[in-house]
Amino acid sequence: MENVIELKNIYKSYKNFQIEDLSLQVKKGFVTGFIGANGAGKSTVMKLMMNLIRPDSGEVKMFGMDYSKHEKEIKKRIGFVFDDDILYKELTLHDMKKLIAPCYKQWQDSLFREYCDRLELPLNQKMNTFSKGMKMKASLVMALSHQPDLLIMDEPTAGLDPIVRRQFIELLQDVMLDEEKTIFLSTHIISDLAPIADFITFINSGEIVFSKALHEIEEKYAIVRGSLELLDRDTEQYFLSIKRTDVGFEALTSDYQQIKEVFQDEVIVEKANLEEIMYYSKGGQGNVAFD
Amino acid sequence: MDILISNHSKEAIYNQIKYQIKEKVFSGELKEGDTLPSMRQLARDLHVSVITTKRAYEELEKEGFIYSIVGKGSFIAEQNPEVIKEKKLTTIEEKLIEVIANSKELGLSLPEIKEWMTILYEEE
Repeated sequence: MENVIELKNIYKSYKNFQIEDLSLQVKKGFVTGFIGANGAGKSTVMKLMMNLIRPDSGEVKMFGMDYSKHEKEIKKRIGFVFDDDILYKELTLHDMKKLIAPCYKQWQDSLFREYCDRLELPLNQKMNTFSKGMKMKASLVMALSHQPDLLIMDEPTAGLDPIVRRQFIELLQDVMLDEEKTIFLSTHIISDLAPIADFITFINSGEIVFSKALHEIEEKYAIVRGSLELLDRDTEQYFLSIKRTDVGFEALTSDYQQIKEVFQDEVIVEKANLEEIMYYSKGGQGNVAFD
Repeated sequence: MDILISNHSKEAIYNQIKYQIKEKVFSGELKEGDTLPSMRQLARDLHVSVITTKRAYEELEKEGFIYSIVGKGSFIAEQNPEVIKEKKLTTIEEKLIEVIANSKELGLSLPEIKEWMTILYEEE
């Protein structure tokens, strides 16, 4: 499968945060969900992809091209949506369009009107009167109307009501009817991802923990609960992270089959969801005690 | 063509899609050469990811139920009559086992079941 985004051996350091030797690929024609706790480095990685910041060392390739030589070509093929008040407050959506459309050769006005219609966005209302959901929809419409090959979205569904969120997801699924399109989006609301994400990339403390197909994660990761007596130096090896309480242990494994074979019916094994995986990974690799 | 999936089933979604398409082949609802919706169209309509429908189609292709032509789509393949017969026999066996289990619960004897069966068979 072809990669649309390729980060290779990226180093970037700030006062309190660093990324060391990070590599990741985003596959063409699919939706990749980017998850991680606050401060894990999601925004930094997305800024690197947008060339808003440059790595100290390492390589950023978009559509196989380098920003240093092909910035314009790359940028015109990307639609960027982020959770911030970027829209000019005193302008209407119509004004905004007149400002932005000329920047893109690929801009399609009929598409813009169709999206506005479908998302019930008023063209002649000042955008400072827009609700949060409307602002996000407006920003998505702007990003989609120049027909980008790649949509990069930072927390697009944060703070949206369930109906708007659903409209949003449906719109993204329409985009994905075209196999040339790729979506990369970060989110905290993991249930939003379930219906559309093909791949999940998980970042923790500036490191990519995994980048896998969603079904692969669902098949392999599991939460295991059992009696404390089952834990010893050998059996602990089977878990990525263990939490002990007075009434037993709860642990995360990335090898569902192995746990079934080793412990058989002595433990309860349930498929882990993304939130549980994030929670346990945040606890680190060792044993974390509950108090 | 109806495909109805459950998000709360233990069965993985790609498997649900697979089974339902197979069932339609067995029942004759889908016939050789019939066009299936594109992977991406189906993913959108079912509100699932593209990789889910891709996996279902890939496995159906491996098992010989469908074939795909790049740029044209996926189609129902020619079915081996022997295989279909085998599958149908398995279904009948499963149903008979169920009938026997239910009958035993009610204390019906084998001759009683047979008699009932004969009456129904001849009525058809």
